Amino acid sequence: MSLLRVERVTKRFRGLVAVDAVSLEVEKGAIFAVIGPNGAGKTTLFNLIAGVYPCDDGAVYFDGARIDGMAPEAVCALGLARTFQIVRPFPGLTVHENVAIGAMLRQPKPQAAFAEAEEVLRKLDLWDRRAQTAASLTLPDRKRLEVARALATRPGLLLLDEVMAGLRPTETDRMVEILRMINREEGVTIVLIEHVMRAVMALAEQVHVLNHGASIAEGSPREVTRHPQVIASYLGAEALG
Amino acid sequence: MRREHFLLGLLAAVLLALPLALDRYQTSVLVLVFLAAYMGQAWNVMMGFAGLLSLGHALYLGLGAYVSAALFVHFGLSPLLGLFVAVLICVGVAMAIGALSFQFRIEGVYFALLTIAFAEVARIGFDHLKWTGGAGGFFLSVAGSQGQWWNLRGGPLFFYYVSLAMAAAAFALCVALRRSKLGYQWLAVREDAEAARAVGIDVTRARMSAVVVSAAMSALGGVAHVFYYNNVFSAQIFDMSRSIDIMLAPIIGGIGTLFGPILGAFILIPLGEALIHATQALGINAPGAKAVFFGLALMIIIFLAPSGIWPSLRKRLGIGEGKP
Repeated sequence: MSLLRVERVTKRFRGLVAVDAVSLEVEKGAIFAVIGPNGAGKTTLFNLIAGVYPCDDGAVYFDGARIDGMAPEAVCALGLARTFQIVRPFPGLTVHENVAIGAMLRQPKPQAAFAEAEEVLRKLDLWDRRAQTAASLTLPDRKRLEVARALATRPGLLLLDEVMAGLRPTETDRMVEILRMINREEGVTIVLIEHVMRAVMALAEQVHVLNHGASIAEGSPREVTRHPQVIASYLGAEALG
Repeated sequence: MRREHFLLGLLAAVLLALPLALDRYQTSVLVLVFLAAYMGQAWNVMMGFAGLLSLGHALYLGLGAYVSAALFVHFGLSPLLGLFVAVLICVGVAMAIGALSFQFRIEGVYFALLTIAFAEVARIGFDHLKWTGGAGGFFLSVAGSQGQWWNLRGGPLFFYYVSLAMAAAAFALCVALRRSKLGYQWLAVREDAEAARAVGIDVTRARMSAVVVSAAMSALGGVAHVFYYNNVFSAQIFDMSRSIDIMLAPIIGGIGTLFGPILGAFILIPLGEALIHATQALGINAPGAKAVFFGLALMIIIFLAPSGIWPSLRKRLGIGEGKP
């Protein structure tokens, strides 16, 4: 059975249809990418899944339970964690506190939560930065902190919204490595929105393409990148070369 | 941590023995310091921890004072029992205000305005409530009850220890809260409510609990206030300036810190007293002269230590706070 099932979800902002009857299924243990040009509705789709907005139509199922209409904190408690495209750390708190607060969802004892946070921080190469405030981090570190905090909630499924954007190629490769490790060693299913095709090609087993709020293609990275409509609307002619 | 514990112990010992070396007036000034530290701690739970700006905290102070005083005067109920009623009523009012604002997503400045509005409503309401003396004030009789500690009757020395115990208990409570899961949830909500939701925190519940804790603490402050002064005037206790006084100690000392409200109170109250004496000695009788000097002093302090005195002092002393 699929871990996440999105059934014909639709979201309208006044006249604009931001997400138009999008359906997708993500298998447990998969790495699934959602791509598409800016304004295609990717982040809105994430917000619908994570409970930030109610759907105007359609349904979202996570692990068999219907979650659309649930509050974000309830969705997270079920094991579906997300990161924000524009990173939202707790700026005045230390890196360690940021992640420990995530860990407190499953581990109510603060001391134990800080210990759990340490493990996560080490995994994401942030342990050396633990005493710094989140506000003082560089962008790549903030992106990693965003992933660390979400991961600390011990999710079954991680929604990653452009965690590679703004990273240098070496940093991207490191993030790809980290995500693969999270996926393989901890069995966390990953759904990512990504513009960095290098990362998508390296990570994703299945790719879903949105354009103007609607699904235009789905398949393996190879299949999708050969799809004429995807090339026309998103990848551009240079991708053909 | 050892050094901090040692310093704390030393401070406690000094404060316990201090009245031996003080006259009645000096003792009464320290009562004001402790009460200010206590109320500052209560306000800090909402603003410093949970990021909810209350500009009407006098509401809870005044309600606590009126409720416990009325129960004592009209029914002879000891304030040690009356305080439970005072806390219950304040918590009830706080939850109503909280529910109203969180339901309709009244946040930030608008939340602060709402707290002012409720304090003003209470001020006008108690001005007209004959049962508690109306605008003429409500008085506790002083005669024949001195020394009845169970009725909180006593002079400055008695209230020195009462207020010291309250300030110490409030500090201990805030230390415990700050290190608890709830305390971390408050910080998360203060820093970014949307991100807090995304890590599974029920933001409304966290905010509501901060409001409840703060209101309950403030209610007890009101009980101590009225039994110390033996009177309460709605025009003063619910006044906007009272709410500002409550906020000053934690702001000067350092919002969101555990020692800030205490340090702020130890600076502001003696400063205010010194200014009264100074203006008198200089023969300046103009009304508001004290306020002008006080304002100037505040501006200098805020200019020198914009995030509060405690954070900058702490760095110099090399001691941490609230980190496990």
